[in-house]
Amino acid sequence: MARYLLRRVLLIIPTFFIVSIIVFSMIRLIPGDIVDQMLEDRGGIYGIDHEEIRERMGLNRPIHMQYLGWATKFFTGDFGESLWNKRSGLDEFKRRFPVTFQLAVMTIILASVWGVFVGIVAAVKQDSVLDYLLRSVSVVGLSIPYFWSSTLVIIFGSLWFNWSSAVIYVPPFGDRADFWENMKIMIVPAMLFAFAIGAPIARMTRATLLEVMRTDYIRTARAKGLTGYAVINRHALKNALIPVVAMIGIQAVFAVGGSTIMETIWRLPGLGQYIVDVVLFRDYTMLQALTMFIAMIIIVINLLVDISYAWLDPRIRYQ
Amino acid sequence: MEQGRAQTELAERLEASGAGGQRSRLRNFLTRLVREKPLGTIGLAIIVLMCLMAIFADLIAPYGFQEQDLSAARLSYSWDHFLGTDQLGRDLFSRVVYGARVSLQVGIYSVLITLAGATLLGVVTGYYSGTWIDNSIQRVVDGFMTIPYLVFLLFVMSILGPGLLNIVIALSIEGVLINSRIIRAQVLSTKENTYMDAGRAIGASTPRLMTLYILPNIMAPIIIIGTVSLGLFILAEASISYLGFGIPPPFPTWGGMLTRSGLDQFYVAPHLAIWPGFALSLAVFGFNMFGDALRDLLDPRLRGT
Repeated sequence: MARYLLRRVLLIIPTFFIVSIIVFSMIRLIPGDIVDQMLEDRGGIYGIDHEEIRERMGLNRPIHMQYLGWATKFFTGDFGESLWNKRSGLDEFKRRFPVTFQLAVMTIILASVWGVFVGIVAAVKQDSVLDYLLRSVSVVGLSIPYFWSSTLVIIFGSLWFNWSSAVIYVPPFGDRADFWENMKIMIVPAMLFAFAIGAPIARMTRATLLEVMRTDYIRTARAKGLTGYAVINRHALKNALIPVVAMIGIQAVFAVGGSTIMETIWRLPGLGQYIVDVVLFRDYTMLQALTMFIAMIIIVINLLVDISYAWLDPRIRYQ
Repeated sequence: MEQGRAQTELAERLEASGAGGQRSRLRNFLTRLVREKPLGTIGLAIIVLMCLMAIFADLIAPYGFQEQDLSAARLSYSWDHFLGTDQLGRDLFSRVVYGARVSLQVGIYSVLITLAGATLLGVVTGYYSGTWIDNSIQRVVDGFMTIPYLVFLLFVMSILGPGLLNIVIALSIEGVLINSRIIRAQVLSTKENTYMDAGRAIGASTPRLMTLYILPNIMAPIIIIGTVSLGLFILAEASISYLGFGIPPPFPTWGGMLTRSGLDQFYVAPHLAIWPGFALSLAVFGFNMFGDALRDLLDPRLRGT
């Protein structure tokens, strides 16, 4: 296990290096002049001129020096500052990361709970009315985009129940914090998000559990007289959940990506909302730093998935 | 003469057994679909309906998609306007119908580029697996996979600017890289077949091996990727247009019609928030269900990918 872990952790380095090259070169592949593009609709305002931005982005140096300078700065925690309001990237991330983190964690927990639970019930009661009902629910979750369900909840919550989400975000911990107020703000978006994110988990759980239930060792377990509950809980689930863990990992990546939309709709001041702002203002310095930061989060998620995979399935550890 | 008759006979026998002939294969597939996969059949019906809507939008829609009538703004359902009108007095039903056209355009263009690119990349990297070409391409794909697709799309759209062509480019880059992995895996297992050795033994060139020996055997996953991606791309375009970086107004896109800046309108005229989203969900549902059925019928090994 230790060797596997070490190898897996070391693999982060090349991946990270490649991501940084992709993110770095993406804005340099634009046809035309990038500074012209950035200033297209705000030329002359704020007293910023082309040369100043070129200087600040380091665009007047040779390209490999630009990359080295940018990458070193990133790794020392200097994410640069916003071109427009000159706020430090690091401060912005520190302030916004907890919001995204909380939303993603709540979403993934809710999604896993409903996905795995519904998947198990549907598999155990295969072909019953309950099975069809639960499968339909998960298909609905799969098909309805979360920005639509959110819009509907916001509109009809207000029209029918006079309910609306808080306008001002309240953090759960620290000063100015109110845990329950925060939960009230976060729970609705997290539930709607989890309904969509959890649907593939439910379908995956059902499919793999049914597959495992058809194997010989389950028949043996039944034959030796174990109750249905023990068969599923002790024997079937252990194997059925391995691919489900991978699926939860994939869905966690979706939860991070989807935070762009969810945080915009629900006015949560997280990283996702910030990306949308940054894209809107064509703040490429921040966009690069932010994309790298998010890639880092995804790399950590993937690492956790692989570790839990190895922990659940010894075959992977000893490969 | 004699040989010719034997060939026709053989062809007829194959036709009868259902093994040969594109048409009977298609018919076989449809029969199995209808018999075994009711949800997949519904999915196919929705897809066909959506295509018809997109093709004949000019005939179906009672108004143009940008025909404004400010005196008839935000009307509710009526005989003149099935689904009511929006804040500029444009007929919502017409815009939803035209929205199918935009969605399908984006979806189909992106899928075609994705399939061509992913197949090329997947077959080449799969065929040369383990070499430095394959290894370096795989590491680049690894890198791309650590950027969530919405973040990547936003990044590309911020560079390219809004527009139909640009969103097709953005979706295609993502699609080619991700799907080349799946095709590569298929090529890896196809490569092990003994007919590849046979082909090499009779001196088939590498391009010939790739196109005539490998390609026909990975058609099932390619078709499945096409169907599933079409649904995903339509959803992705809607998400990006929802955020305001996709296809700019006045072009009717389902995502754009739901956009957050329209929220104030929705309180007054909730039908504006319902129908574009309903059409979008129905389309995603159709592609999901048909894609699932296709996967089960064509290639059960792919389940869960």
